[in-house]
Amino acid sequence: MKAIITVLGADRTGIIAKVSGKLFDNGVNILDISQTILSGYFTMAMLVDLSEMSCSFPEMVGALNELGSELGVQIRMQRSEIFDAMHRM
Amino acid sequence: MLNTSEIMATIKMIEEQKLDIRTITMGISLLDCIADSEDATCQKVYDRITRQAQNLVKVGEDIEREFGIPIVNKRVSITPAALLCGNIQNPVKLAKALDQAGKAIGVNFIGGFSALVQKGATAADLRLMRAIPQALSETDIVCSSVNVASTRAGINMDAVRMVGEIIKETAELTRDKDGFGCAKFVAFANAVEDNPFMAGAFHGVGEPDAIINVGVSGPGVVKRALEQVKGQPFDVVAEVIKKTAFQVTRMGQMVAQEASKRLNVPFGIVDLSLAPTPAMGDSVAHILEEMGLERTGQHGTTAALALLNDAVKKGGVMASSSVGGLSGAFIPVSEDIGMIEAAAQGTLGLDKLEAMTCVCSVGLDMIAVPGDTPASTLSAILADEAAIGVINTKTTAIRLVPVPGKGVGEWVEFGGLLGRAPIVPVHTESAEDFIARGGRIPAPLNSLKN
Repeated sequence: MKAIITVLGADRTGIIAKVSGKLFDNGVNILDISQTILSGYFTMAMLVDLSEMSCSFPEMVGALNELGSELGVQIRMQRSEIFDAMHRM
Repeated sequence: MLNTSEIMATIKMIEEQKLDIRTITMGISLLDCIADSEDATCQKVYDRITRQAQNLVKVGEDIEREFGIPIVNKRVSITPAALLCGNIQNPVKLAKALDQAGKAIGVNFIGGFSALVQKGATAADLRLMRAIPQALSETDIVCSSVNVASTRAGINMDAVRMVGEIIKETAELTRDKDGFGCAKFVAFANAVEDNPFMAGAFHGVGEPDAIINVGVSGPGVVKRALEQVKGQPFDVVAEVIKKTAFQVTRMGQMVAQEASKRLNVPFGIVDLSLAPTPAMGDSVAHILEEMGLERTGQHGTTAALALLNDAVKKGGVMASSSVGGLSGAFIPVSEDIGMIEAAAQGTLGLDKLEAMTCVCSVGLDMIAVPGDTPASTLSAILADEAAIGVINTKTTAIRLVPVPGKGVGEWVEFGGLLGRAPIVPVHTESAEDFIARGGRIPAPLNSLKN
């Protein structure tokens, strides 16, 4: 199962490090990553593989939400099919 | 490969433009629940619904969490209940069994306390129709509908007369809640069998044992997309709406298939209906105004709505080969902030709304009228709507609330998704003699069209 993780918020040091650390802790493999500053906002999108994930989907979402509030950014994790359905023929 | 702008566009549609799955509705056939006594049928109905749909709410919530898309309602629709009433003398009992079953599995609504009487009514149909006011006043989540006309059968004017009386009595029995019971009742012409939206959902007899139908919404997404093409010709407007409808329907189809797989129930249809809510930024009226109208209800409104409705359907059918239900644009007055404003200002009245129903997906929806409106006038409004549906081979309907004790200019608050509305005037000339005739308006000729 693949998912897209998005991180949105004010830029600061260590966002990528912290997010990827949390993913590593839970056995989530990063397949692709793209980061940019969009109208002053730090915007990151990650494609991840959840096949080796050691916790459940809701637990991972919870952990990322917690990390998001710690870092002052919004972190979402959504199954990738929703984006494929809307943007790919 | 990652495309950040596409990903962010989807997230914005959900977060800012209120794109949502309005409902996952499980249709359940109850034809095998007919037993030889009233109590036995009610028990079988309760057991069948609670068994078949036991995981519906949980699966809906799981999908919501994993895909990050809100699923606002989980609902059940059933075989038109009149078909189960052969041995049921008091259909209110059946309504209560449905209410209890729905509450036990945690769904928001259960639809199908219905009768299809476009050509004539059986004794069971009549028993059910007479029970509707009491059923709606003594249950919370049961929705009811009656189909009074079809293009093939014409208009059953005896049923039309009864519906006026049903609406009046329902309003009276729910007087303490401003006639709220009427918000759970709709009368149709050309009702569809796979509609997932309430109050008119029922599970048609041509459907399988169980099915998953999904209703998608997103007026805000269309409005935002149109903001990017201000002042451009209508060909561009149509194209933008079509593309947006395509994307939204694809999302709906993906969710429907996922729900169908997890519940082990076949996927039926995606209903792409722009269904507004009273929230700011979720209004169909505001889409029409984005096209250049100063206020919905003015001249030009019908043309704008026709374009919108058609383009939504075209985008939808390209995205899914299983588009069904009512697919199009809804114009419920109390549920749409732009419609509420236009009605309060007096620009939008019943006559213009009637014209709009000729080109939109359903009919006169969630309109508050004076409490002293006679039953025959309500019936006459229904007869007009049914005529539009029958002649034009489309679904039309009415969901009117004659608010007891209130008159034109006063307001009624329904709360939640049902919103609030100013009471709009109806024509006061009598329709008594017209409605008292009864009988049937014959089915129309389908050639020599002009």
